Parts: sequence; C-alpha cells; structure tokens
Amino acid sequence: MERVDVRQNVLKENDRIAAELRKEFAERGIVCLNLIASPGAGKTSLLELTLQAFVGSRHKVAVLTGDIQTERDAERLARFGFPARQITTGGTCHLDAAMVRRALADVSLDGVDLLFIENVGNLVCPAAYDLGEAAKIVMLSVAEGDDKPMKYPSIFSRAKLMLLHKVDLLPYTRFDLAAAKADARRVNPGIEIIETSCVGAPGLQAWFDWLETARARV
Amino acid sequence: MHELSIAQSIVESVRAEAAAHPGARVTRVGIRVGDLSGVQVDALQFSFDVIVRGTDLEQATLDIERVALQQHCERCARDFPVVDYTLLCPTCGAPTRTVAGDELQMTYLELE
Repeated sequence: MERVDVRQNVLKENDRIAAELRKEFAERGIVCLNLIASPGAGKTSLLELTLQAFVGSRHKVAVLTGDIQTERDAERLARFGFPARQITTGGTCHLDAAMVRRALADVSLDGVDLLFIENVGNLVCPAAYDLGEAAKIVMLSVAEGDDKPMKYPSIFSRAKLMLLHKVDLLPYTRFDLAAAKADARRVNPGIEIIETSCVGAPGLQAWFDWLETARARV
Repeated sequence: MHELSIAQSIVESVRAEAAAHPGARVTRVGIRVGDLSGVQVDALQFSFDVIVRGTDLEQATLDIERVALQQHCERCARDFPVVDYTLLCPTCGAPTRTVAGDELQMTYLELE
C-alpha cells in the first residue's frame, strides 16, 4: 500500500476558472458582484430597479441571472436595454465559474463597468463557489426571519455586504433588525450592512451609493 | 445539495492523480471538510458512494476529516476555537481571521 500526499482544493478547477475571470474583469475595469439570497428574497426586483436607475447614466451594466428553470428573470431584466443573459442550471442549486464563463461568451462586455451575477436562490451552496466576483453580496429579506445569519454562517461570513431587504414590511413582522445586524457581525465583523426596500421607504439610494463607491475603487 | 457536484470534483481529482500511478487501485481518499465550508459530510459521503458505484473506485473509502473553525486574533497574538460561529476575539473583542475550518481539501490517496 502506498500513501500519496495530494493536498489540493477540491474545487481547484472552479477556483482556477474564477481566477481567470477575476483577472479579465480587472483588466476590463469591470466590478463583478455576486448576489446571493433565498428564493423570493427580492434579488430580481432589486436588480430591475437598479438597472432602471442606471438607464441614461454614464455606467453600462450587464446581468447574468441563474435559475434552475425558465428564462423569466432574463426577460424581466432585458427590458432596460442592458445585456442580460439567463443561466439555466437544469437542477443545480448554485452557479459555478464554468457556467459564468460559458454565459459570458454570449454577452458583449464592451464598455461594461458593472456586472451583476444573480445566483440561484439558495443561502447554502452558492457560498462555496468563487465566480471571480469582486464581492459576494448576501440579501436577507425581513420576511425570512432574523435568525438566518447564525443558521447560514458560511455565506454571511464570506459576504462583503448584507442587504437587509423589504424593510418596509418590518411593522408586519417580528423581525428584530438589531439582532439580525448583531448576528451578521458576529459571523463577519467587517460586513457592511444596508437597509433596502423596493416599495416605500427607505428605497434603494444607499445601495446605489454603495455601488458608486464600489465602482470608484476599481 | 451541492455535495453531488463536490463529490464529482473529488472523483475527477482522484482520477487525475491516479493516472500518474498506472496499474494501482485507489483504496482510500482523504478529505478535509471545514465547519465553515458549507459542506454537509453525510450528503458528501452519500454522493461519493453513488458516483463510484459500478466503477473502479467502488471499493475506495472516503476518509472525511472534519475541521473545527479556528480564528486568529492579531491583537492578542493567539488562535482560539470558535464557539457558535462568533468570529470576534473572546478576550478583546477584535475582529479576527480564519486559520482553519473553511477548507475543502483533498489531502491524500492510498493506492495498492
């Protein structure tokens, strides 16, 4: 019997492709953001309003949107005139770097300075896969409950930003905003937190400001 | 349930490594799974068993070592084990960095 040391990351092929994508994004001056949340948290609605806000601005945005089935999200997102491409995983519960690379082959990145990747709705599996993004963004809507950061520490610990979304619904829930923020900071002391809503106050201005700052860092 | 894709990646890596040892049979595969890796070890074991069934790797055992989350505090210059995913230093309250527990690694193969 022979024992061979092979110390390597299990996802090294994914990590290799992600590193190539990250290099390409950096060379092109593209900020790539990987948006991760549960199904129904509001990812696509947030992106719709975000794209709408960028229409006529100096920024050119592109979107990849992942789902297990249907082209519906890409149809929703294509209405704003920016490149939007669906990635249909056919059952897989997360996006990986190879899927992103394949999808980008059909997308013109000329002039694009902001690329959103809307991951498959899931707080578990997407955490493990590097897509070459500048930052992972985790969105938690208040209807889901304030216990999620401690229940899904892997994604909350790896995200640069948490969007506490649908805060207009707070009066109708038992969601403890302070507890959710404190727990997110327990698993990730450096995490940035923004409260957002697509309907009513506080709206999305703080999120747009964050995007401008992220753009300026490149 | 991304453990199936991860098990598939493990099997591909095992085959790539085993190709350097023609004629040998893989009997054991060492894997390290950190508590923060997001991988559920029972699902990983199940997925591996399903993938290798009926192949030359069917007899290979997956040896899964779980790695507890360990953080390092710069200010206190020490490592500490993490309780309940609280990543702040229990002594001084400062933010810390992960030194173990987020890995998902293949560590060794046993061949005969």
